[in-house]
Amino acid sequence: MKGVAYLKAMLRFSPRELEGWGRFPRQSCRVARPEKRRALSELAQSSEVQSVLARGLGRAYGDAALNEGEGILLGEKLDRFLDFDSQDGLLHLESGTSFAQILETFVPRGWFLPVVPGTKFVTVGGALASDVHGKNHHRMGTISNFVEEFELLLASGETLVCSKTQNPDAFRATLGGMGLTGVVTSAKLKLRRIETAQIQVRTERTMNLDQTLDGFGRDSDTTYSVAWIDCLASGDNLGRSVLIRGEHASLRDLDDADFEDDPLDYPSPKAKKVPRDLPDFALNPMSVKAFNAFYYSRHIDGAQLQGFEPFFWPLDAVGGWNKIYGARGFVQYHCILPFQTSHEGLTRLLERISSSGRAAFLAVLKLYGPENDSPLSFPLAGHSLALDLPASDGIIDFCRELDRITVEHGGRTYLAKDSTLDASTFAQMYPRLPEFEAIKRQLDPQNRFQSSLSRRLNIAGMGGTR
Amino acid sequence: MSKKTFGKGCRVLIVGATSGIAKELCREFARHGFDLVLAARDEEELGILSGDLKIRGNVDVRVVLFDALDYASHPDFWKSCGEVDGVVCCFGVLSDEKEAQRDPKACRVLIETNYNANISLLNEVANSFEDRGSGFICVLSSVAGERARRSNYLYGSAKGGLSAYSEGLRSRLFPAGVSVTTVKPGPVDTGMTFGMDKLPLLAPPEKVASDIYRGLRRGADVVWTPAPWRIIMGLLRFVPSGLWKRMDF
Repeated sequence: MKGVAYLKAMLRFSPRELEGWGRFPRQSCRVARPEKRRALSELAQSSEVQSVLARGLGRAYGDAALNEGEGILLGEKLDRFLDFDSQDGLLHLESGTSFAQILETFVPRGWFLPVVPGTKFVTVGGALASDVHGKNHHRMGTISNFVEEFELLLASGETLVCSKTQNPDAFRATLGGMGLTGVVTSAKLKLRRIETAQIQVRTERTMNLDQTLDGFGRDSDTTYSVAWIDCLASGDNLGRSVLIRGEHASLRDLDDADFEDDPLDYPSPKAKKVPRDLPDFALNPMSVKAFNAFYYSRHIDGAQLQGFEPFFWPLDAVGGWNKIYGARGFVQYHCILPFQTSHEGLTRLLERISSSGRAAFLAVLKLYGPENDSPLSFPLAGHSLALDLPASDGIIDFCRELDRITVEHGGRTYLAKDSTLDASTFAQMYPRLPEFEAIKRQLDPQNRFQSSLSRRLNIAGMGGTR
Repeated sequence: MSKKTFGKGCRVLIVGATSGIAKELCREFARHGFDLVLAARDEEELGILSGDLKIRGNVDVRVVLFDALDYASHPDFWKSCGEVDGVVCCFGVLSDEKEAQRDPKACRVLIETNYNANISLLNEVANSFEDRGSGFICVLSSVAGERARRSNYLYGSAKGGLSAYSEGLRSRLFPAGVSVTTVKPGPVDTGMTFGMDKLPLLAPPEKVASDIYRGLRRGADVVWTPAPWRIIMGLLRFVPSGLWKRMDF
């Protein structure tokens, strides 16, 4: 009796304005937030909405986790650990659990996530949907390499157990499938052992793109490798970077460095917050150029020990850093180019960006290993460039100009970051799209699971202009 | 039984453990090494939560089924919980106030769950703890019980009664060395309030849980959470009823 009234209140979609991490676009969705397992499955089937999409912590930049005018299921309250095998590190957990929670519990016990993206504030469900990767992609691949199994809730209310051997098509399409095949309710992740919560970091400055890519060429044995690139530098300095490489520090490394704290100490400092939107003029070509020059000159070649936080997630220390771009928001352009064409393609992209006068800092260049068998997964063997662009006038046209360069060089952009791509360019970038759509139609014949992104890119849509 | 200090190794019974605030409070206790007994109606959710707490905290967790409105079952329920050092009562319901005004059955559920059921259980607990001469009791009331508003006075009246009860219980058990803490949260961002608009100072349940834990550790009589509610309700007490009845909230 009481339960009915309570459930009624919980099983309700209410209108709410949502945005991605880039705060562009901003759309009105109908949101529900189940706190119990059964409520999730009832909401997923609710006739209150035509379509639904699961959303984690909203770290996708564009409209990947939006569903304009339609249903959004917030997963963050279904965040419970279900089982942990302390022999082989297999962690069974609900998909709303964040990487931050996993790390807080398991780093002090000597376990680490084998793949971490640039923020730890992502849910397991979101990480799987985007098939996230980290600075070690060239060695370890994406997170899906460490997913043993997951449960997928379908529109029918049926739950499918998926692994490499059980429902393998659903398994590979859901990984990187942007939430369009169903709702992942729980997953089994394989953690890796660590001796310490420290990274042995080496930095090296390069003068231009040739040197930067050469540097990556020597990184096949390096665990973590990334380059911060000054994408406002031009001419002879085009592509100048700070190469940052890291290895998990062993206990011996700490001894050598006279490190005296608990080796597995994993402090989670209170994030400093950006209190409000900075005014639009705060970021302009002058201030960004100055920042970039300062960042470049601050780094000297050398080695040091660094904790996980500053090495993997420097921006997590600034809560709401996305507000520095002001109320208009920003776009993160993240593209990848195969090795054969990356030098030429990156040169053209960087020239175009540095001549555009569009302020961009925090640009990152990365090395990637081979692509996997998930049809919408982003990585492929090559180099990627990621940079933030304020969502000022003409941003969509500008991104499409970059898209053309990317496509011409056989590359693609990352759906988790995207807010500007058009359907036909997308189809060119992701040649395995028909394969994905075939699996999606089998799993979700009514197209119950949709997002603003899936409609914009006409993924498994009816008709369209492809 | 000798009196234990509040901390690792204590065993706490959380009644209504699957609620939004209680879940975070359980995690707070587990993080600090408390063993737990979880009670609620939903067996499946209790199982999931206990698994989570065992992994997070490396602590001992037991579950017991509890039906708040089945008063006759309360004495046996309390016996089946075994020896505990403290009890936190987190169960309550916030249903549609308009519906409860019209539907006597809905009204009874609202009042009885928030008031009668708490009293029925807490009387059992109080008698045991008084005989034993130790223990702590924590009651989750609400700022809504301080002054009843037009839009949720039924809920507010039950919580007001619960606050008054817990104040009296605190006085009764004081000589026995048993502490009673009354928690008065403002609106908390849980399933209870999700989707309601215009909630002032909406607090995350993690914050409320950590305030409650710290209040219990220092043996506070009343915990206002978030803290500004103490001042806000202190001021609202002075609004004359001639004005109060005209306020539309």
